[in-house]
Amino acid sequence: MGAVVVFCETAGSAVRGASLPAVTAAGQLAEHHGGPVVGVVIGSGISAAAVDLARYVSKVIAFDQAALAAPLAETYAPVLAAAVKTAGASALVATATSTGKDVLPRATALLGAAMASEVMAVAGKGKFRRPTHAGNAFADVEVSSPVVVATVRQTEFAAATPAASAGVVEAGVLAGPVDALGAEVVALHATKSVRPELGEARVVVSGGRGMKASENFKVLEELTDLLGGALGASRAATDAGLVPADLQVGQTGKVVAPQLYIAVAISGAIQHLAGMKGSKVIVAINKDPEAPLFQIADYGLIATWETAVPALIAEIKKLKASSG
Amino acid sequence: MKILVTSKRVPNPEQKLKFAGGVIDLSAAAWQINTFDEYAVEAALRLTEKGKGGERSGEVVAVSVGPKEMSQQLRGVLAMGADRAILVGGHDATLDAESVARILKAVVESEKPDLVIMGKQTVDGESNQVGQLLAGYLGWPQATFLASVLLAADGKTATVTREVDSGVEEKRVRLPAVLTVDLRIIGKRAVRNEALAGPDAEWEETQRYASLKGIMAAKKKEIREVAAADLGVTRAPLVRVIGAEAPPSRKGGGKVSSVEELVQKLHAEAKVI
Repeated sequence: MGAVVVFCETAGSAVRGASLPAVTAAGQLAEHHGGPVVGVVIGSGISAAAVDLARYVSKVIAFDQAALAAPLAETYAPVLAAAVKTAGASALVATATSTGKDVLPRATALLGAAMASEVMAVAGKGKFRRPTHAGNAFADVEVSSPVVVATVRQTEFAAATPAASAGVVEAGVLAGPVDALGAEVVALHATKSVRPELGEARVVVSGGRGMKASENFKVLEELTDLLGGALGASRAATDAGLVPADLQVGQTGKVVAPQLYIAVAISGAIQHLAGMKGSKVIVAINKDPEAPLFQIADYGLIATWETAVPALIAEIKKLKASSG
Repeated sequence: MKILVTSKRVPNPEQKLKFAGGVIDLSAAAWQINTFDEYAVEAALRLTEKGKGGERSGEVVAVSVGPKEMSQQLRGVLAMGADRAILVGGHDATLDAESVARILKAVVESEKPDLVIMGKQTVDGESNQVGQLLAGYLGWPQATFLASVLLAADGKTATVTREVDSGVEEKRVRLPAVLTVDLRIIGKRAVRNEALAGPDAEWEETQRYASLKGIMAAKKKEIREVAAADLGVTRAPLVRVIGAEAPPSRKGGGKVSSVEELVQKLHAEAKVI
C-alpha cells in the first residue's frame, strides 16, 4: 500500500490539459493502493503551474530548477524515481503524451519496476485493460512489481475536476546535481496553433491524401474553426508533406476520441482507424464508395471534398444563423 | 561504428485477429518482422554506408528475442545487409518488455556497441517501452521516436529530430546511446553518418528489400543462438496478459445522400453540432 504519484506536464502557468486524465486515473489507482495522490511537476519557473495542479490533488511536489527546463528523459526519469521513493509511493502514472511515453519507461527501469502502457481502464491493484494490435484487441494485464507504473490514454479517462479545497505545494529536493548524461535539447520547432490540442478537442476534422495539396487544407481549416475543433490528418497526408507530422492521427501519431470526427478524403487504413475509432460520432466524406472508413462511419457521404466541404460549411453556417 | 539493431516478429497486422479461450489465438498467424524494426535495420545500415549502394564501414549486429522460428525473420534482416545475428531463445507469450530489456542489456554488455537502434514500438503489443527501459538499465542517453539521425564525423554524438506532441524536437545525445525510430526515419535524407556520407547523400524513401545476392549472402552469415538463462536472465515476467477479447464492434455503414441531410442528422439525431 502506498501513495500514487502522478507526473503532470505544465503549460505556462497551468498544468497541461493532457495531464488531467492521468490525475483521474491516479485517483482510481489510489482506491487500490491506499493513496494519497501526489502530483509531481518538473521544470523551470513552474511555481504557478504547481499551484494550479494543487487545485486537483492534496499534495504537489515541484522540482523547479533551471537544469530541468527541457523535458529530457535522462533528467526527468531520476527525478520521478526519487519522487516515488520520497513519497513512499507504490504506483506512478502519467498520460501517454510524447513526454510521458519517453520518460515513464525509463523511470520504470530506475525503479526496478514494470509498466503497463496506454491503459484504458484500471481494473484493480496492478490490473489494467489496454488496447493492443492497433486497437483490434483489448488485453487485460497484471503488473506484479512492488511499484506499478502505467501511462494512460488521454481519451479514455475524464479530465480531473478541482477538489473542494486546494492541496499543498512542496519544493522537491534532489540528492545530487542534475545529470543529463550529455543529452540536450538543441531546439524545439513548435507548431503554432490557436486551435485546441488534438487529444482534447470536441471536434476533429481530418484530411487525407485525397486533399492533394497543402493549400487545399485551408477549406478544412475553415470547417475546423467553424466547429471549434482541431485539425488532423492521415499518415498518407503527412507523409506526402501536405501538413506537419504532428497532425497525424493513428497508431503512429495521436489517438483521438472526440464527440465528432469528420474524415475527409481518407480511405481508412488500419493504422488510421486505430487512432480514431473511439470517436463518438464518425463522419466519412469520400468519393470512393469502397473506402474502408465507410464501414465504421455513422454517416457516410459519397462525394468529392471539393463539392462537399464548402457546402458543409455553408450549411453549418445556415444552421448556426437559424439557431443562434 | 558498431550498431546493435533489434527486431521482433509480429503477426501480420492485415490479418483478422482470432480469439479463443479468452486469449488471442495466434496458431494460424502469418509472422513477419515488426515494421518499425525493419526501419531500425534500414537506419542502422545507412549509418554504415557512404550513400545508396556505396561502400560500407562498420558492423551491424541484429538481435532478436523469441522462439527458434524467429531465425526466419533474422535471416531476412541479414539479407537486408546486417553482418551477423544473435537469437536469444524465449517464448513470445511469456516475454514482457521488462524481461526483453534485461536480456538486451546483457547482450549490450557483451557486444559493447556504440549505438543500439530499435523500432519505437511493436505493432502487436504496442508497449513502446523496451528502448527506454534498456537505456535506463544501461545508464545511457536515449533518443526516442526519431524522424532523423545525423551522426557526427567524430562518432561521439548523434543529433536527431523527434516528433513530439507540440512539433519537432531537435536533441543531441552522446554515444553510446539507445535510439528508437519512428516511420519517417526512412526519408531520403533522414539518416546519415558524417564520417562516411556527404550532405548530398540520399537513399530510397523506403526500407530496403533483400536482393537475391543479399539472400544468398545471408545463408552464410552467422545466427548465434543463446539461452536467456545463459545471459543471467531467469526471472518470470512482471507483466502478464491475463486475457484478451475483441473490442465491441462499431455499428457503422450509415449513409447520407446530401450535405443537407448530413447536417440535419448531426444536429437533430447525433446532437453533436
